[in-house]
Amino acid sequence: MIEIVLISTLNGVLYGMLLFLMASGLTIIFSMMGVLNFAHASFYMLGAFFGFEISRRIGFWPGLVLAPLLVGLIGVAVERYGLRRVHRHGHVAELLFTFGLTFVIQEVVEMVWGKLPVDYRVPPSLDFPAFTIFATNYPAFKLFELLTALAIFAALLVVVTRTRIGLVVQAALTHPAMVAMLGHNVDRIFMLVFGVGAALAAVAGVIAGPALVTQSNMAALLGPILFVVVVIGGLGSLPGAFLASLLIGLVQTFAVASNASLADLLGPLAAGSGSSFLRDIWNVTVAQVAPIIPYLLLVLILIFRPRGLMGQRES
Amino acid sequence: MAKAFVLGAVMLCGLGAGIVAPALAEDTIKIGYVDPLSGGGASIGQIGLNQLKFIADDVNGKGGVLGKKIEIIGYDNKLSPQVTLVQVQKAIDEGVQIIVQGNGSSVGAAVESFVTKYNERNPGKAVVYLNYAAIDPSMTNQNCSYWHFSWDANVDIKLEALTNFMKTKKDIKKVYLIDQDYSFGHSVADTTVAMLKEKRPDIQIVGNEFHPLVKVTDFSPYIAKIKASGADTVVTGNWGQDLALLVKAAGDAGLKVNWYTFYAGGSGGPTAIKQANLPDQVYQLTEGFNNLPYKPAQEVVRAYIARYKSEPIYYPRLFNLTGMVFEAMKEANSADPAKFAPKLEGMKYATFASGQEGFMRKDDHQFFQPLYMSVFGALDAASQPFDEESTGWGWKMAAEIPTKDTLYPTTCKMKRPN
Repeated sequence: MIEIVLISTLNGVLYGMLLFLMASGLTIIFSMMGVLNFAHASFYMLGAFFGFEISRRIGFWPGLVLAPLLVGLIGVAVERYGLRRVHRHGHVAELLFTFGLTFVIQEVVEMVWGKLPVDYRVPPSLDFPAFTIFATNYPAFKLFELLTALAIFAALLVVVTRTRIGLVVQAALTHPAMVAMLGHNVDRIFMLVFGVGAALAAVAGVIAGPALVTQSNMAALLGPILFVVVVIGGLGSLPGAFLASLLIGLVQTFAVASNASLADLLGPLAAGSGSSFLRDIWNVTVAQVAPIIPYLLLVLILIFRPRGLMGQRES
Repeated sequence: MAKAFVLGAVMLCGLGAGIVAPALAEDTIKIGYVDPLSGGGASIGQIGLNQLKFIADDVNGKGGVLGKKIEIIGYDNKLSPQVTLVQVQKAIDEGVQIIVQGNGSSVGAAVESFVTKYNERNPGKAVVYLNYAAIDPSMTNQNCSYWHFSWDANVDIKLEALTNFMKTKKDIKKVYLIDQDYSFGHSVADTTVAMLKEKRPDIQIVGNEFHPLVKVTDFSPYIAKIKASGADTVVTGNWGQDLALLVKAAGDAGLKVNWYTFYAGGSGGPTAIKQANLPDQVYQLTEGFNNLPYKPAQEVVRAYIARYKSEPIYYPRLFNLTGMVFEAMKEANSADPAKFAPKLEGMKYATFASGQEGFMRKDDHQFFQPLYMSVFGALDAASQPFDEESTGWGWKMAAEIPTKDTLYPTTCKMKRPN
């Protein structure tokens, strides 16, 4: 029992941190610009492919620095020449723009790298088991993932709440005219925020690429769960996204470990009762529906607490 | 205004003529390939199209079939049964009488029923459905059709072969099943449990897990469960990223079991196994693999890989399919499905991968062939020349399951046209 609990907790935390790594950029862009960036998972994919391409030429570590920089620049360009023009037509136009962008990026990636998965490997310097619990290995690379996520969380939190830049950025969201009057270049601030958000997605891509599968459909597969994280955490709340990532990671992992079903829960009540259709429902185990639970959580949160765990706005 | 209208009409006519013109050319045999060619499934669908084009070029270079050139036309079905039917109709409208499809049993079932009904309503314009990968047993059992021929072993046959192999492995004590939560995954799990119970009652089934299809990013909790169960062998029908991520998570956690799979050789599988560093632990059951010591196949495979360097994957069964169909056409001296379909029934054929004989069973139009268990690991350069996905590792022979050990009865009551 202790074995299952301990291992599930560890797995849950590790998975949660991976989710946060991926969702942090999305939250940052939303909280500072009010833009729900559909193309976020695409920037994540670009990060993974750039990371792959750089790491096989000059190594993983330069890739970890260069790939996010490159994707950040692409993000800046997208904001400057695309999003900024679309911005004046309102949120729907922005949504559609970023939505369209996902298709463009996917096609480009397929043209360059093909549709098959690429062989993006964990760097040799991190390719060893960090520790072993109950005969289960925990690779050093996963710990590196965890530490990176924590570092990014801390750094973002400090920048947003404790620095001048963070204050200016937040002010620019609610009072753009006033901030501009005070001599700040609001457009440039937004451009930089978008670039940083895209770069964060790329960091997640460079790190998740070797751990998961680096393929041209990775953006589409990942997209939905990121929005679940951001909505449950509260749109635009960084600590919220952090909590939600942990929560989803743990809930999902423990659910998989559980073999309970409705039949077990209701015991004698359910035994032999109902039609075969009902019996099917009774006997579905929690493990079987585990990966769906985050989406169920999303629906419940939207009904009972629309602003999310730590969101500040109702919208 | 009127002028513009006339001009537009003329242009439209021109366009229409442009589209219709190739269909009028009667000197080609058209094969419509209906599979996903865009979106998430495209990476799989494209492989079959590449291979058919490769085969067509080869055959056409030697003068074609019955003096006619083979023309391969791709139709993108986006892996959706609805879109598929639209595309099949479009193909028929363009003069195609031979439909090749494989991915997705739900899609295959739709094509099978559509083609059957179409032929009932349109006598004299027969359309035949050649299936290279949809392996739901219902397609050759309760829903069997005269106009459907299946070249991949269906789930029952594969598991018959797999469990016949496992029967001989005395070191298997505890088996864990993990499958995708949809019809295919469930039939793999149910049939495996039933067959093992009969053939090796001493084997303990220590887990029977289902997970949602292509939704799981982190398989480590599943691996923890497998580990806790004490299993020595895992049987899985998983494919694509569900297989790749599962194997990688096993490698990360240091789980040492034998994996029995159908689709570990699919795109991305070999890369994942190499990354997970699981040498000689992952098995696949297929109708052939590159390192089978059969020279004619190896030569073709070499030429194929040279042509499709970035996607060097192919299906031996598509070579069997085209080879047999062209042979049937020659025997019937006609490219009309109504004439060559009877020739396919009961046809014996030396299979592409090994030259061993297989046959198309008349009762249900299921092709039976030798199946091979191969295991993935480091190669002996002299006798095993082919590695996979540039990993340096490749598939090696673990066991051959002769055709007779793959026979599985059918419940099909075939309705033949008069």
